[in-house]
This record gives sequence, structure tokens and C-alpha cells, in this order.
Amino acid sequence: MSFRQISDIAGSAMAAQTVRLNTIASNLANAQSAAGSEAEAYHARKPVFAAVAHGGDGGQRVQVLDVVKSTEPLRKVHEPDNPLADEEGMVYYPNVSPVAEMTDMMAASRAFETNVEVMTRVRGMQQSLLRMGKEG
Amino acid sequence: MAIDFTKALGVHPQALALRARRTEVLASNIANESTPGFQARDLDFAQALSQAADEAGDGPALDTDDALKYRVPYHARLDGGTVELGAEQAAFSQNVSDFQTSLTFVNMKLRGLAKAIEGQS
Repeated sequence: MSFRQISDIAGSAMAAQTVRLNTIASNLANAQSAAGSEAEAYHARKPVFAAVAHGGDGGQRVQVLDVVKSTEPLRKVHEPDNPLADEEGMVYYPNVSPVAEMTDMMAASRAFETNVEVMTRVRGMQQSLLRMGKEG
Repeated sequence: MAIDFTKALGVHPQALALRARRTEVLASNIANESTPGFQARDLDFAQALSQAADEAGDGPALDTDDALKYRVPYHARLDGGTVELGAEQAAFSQNVSDFQTSLTFVNMKLRGLAKAIEGQS
């Protein structure tokens, strides 16, 4: 029986979704962080997930390959009074879309909870297996 | 005359092992819901069980790699992934119930054997 592997798989998904929630929190927190140049400005971060074979039974766990920065164009705003503004009076705001991040957050937390549910059910199966042959 | 446990328990131990295996495959699908391009798979249970029953000798020889099929999704997704959470959750839930059913059968058989060994009810 391979219940430990199933827990590993669900656990890897929970870890991956946690990374996703982490980047979302970071994106939302920095959504209004202005900067004086394109390079210094905060760029939205996105984790890249990949499936990795786990055990010989066809199980596949989730791996976070990398966290990449979004290449979407930054928001360039003319704010000459801003102390961060460059010579032309421009400041750069991050390319974070709060709406997209919020929907992403809902998807991530729902995926996390689904995997918690998988773990709970598997634990139930394991416990009933341990009671096999007993009375009642 | 000794009791042959393999014969006495019938196909149920193999069904249990296959159910556990299917749980792993379905858990992988659910875990990789947000992995781009992930191809959801499922165990063809009937085929795997009949194969396991044919090969049944001393123990369950579960050579079920052929029985892992790719899931045909209801809707296409942009990233190429074929995991549909609703379908996977339903299959997972049903599989857990079926696992408990097989386990109940094994338990009933074991209790019957225990009664036969004790010789009294």
C-alpha cells in the first residue's frame, strides 16, 4: 500500500500552493510601490509548477521549478512631485494586476484545501485498514 | 486441511490494492491541478482487476501500467492541462467509498474464517 506516497503527493501540492500564495501576497503588498527606474521597480512574481514522477506507481508530485518575474509592461506615471521621480518626472509602478492576483489567490487557497481534504480521506482509509479483521 | 487464505478472501485483497493505487493516481491529478500541461490519468479499474485476477497466483501481481489511461477533459484549457477538479474530486470520493466497500467485504470474510476456526458461534 502506498498511502505515504499519496500524503507526499498531496503535501507537495500544498507546499506549491503555499509558494503561490506567498508570491501573490508579495505582489499585492507591493502593488503600489513606486520606483525611479524600470529596473528598480517591483515586477509581479509568478511560480512555475511542474509535475515530477514520484514512486513507481504512476504518482506525480508537484514541484516549483522557478519563480519568474512578469514581463508585462510597467505602469509609467508622470509625478514630478514624487521624490522617486527621474529627470523627466516619471515614476514606475509595478505591473501587478490586483484583480488577477485576487482570483489567483482564491484558486490557490481552494486548491490547497482540496489537497487537505485528500489527505484527510487517505488518513481515514489508512485507519480503517489498520482496523481490518477486528470486531465492530 | 489448511485454509487457503488467498482463495478464501477471493478477489477483494486485489481490489483493495488496486483501489489504493487508483487513489494515488487521482491524488496526483488533484495535486497537479494548477500544473500547466499536466495530463490527468486514471486507472481502468475493470481491466486492471481482471488482469490481476488472471495472474493471481501466490500474491497479487499488479502489473497495471497498461491500465493507466489519459483522461479526456470536458473542456479544453489554454495551458494544455486536462485536470478538472470537479471530475477528479468526484472520482476520488467514489474511489474512497469503493475502497471502504472492498474493505468491508474482506472484514466479513475474515470474521467468517475466524468463526470457522473457533468452531462455535
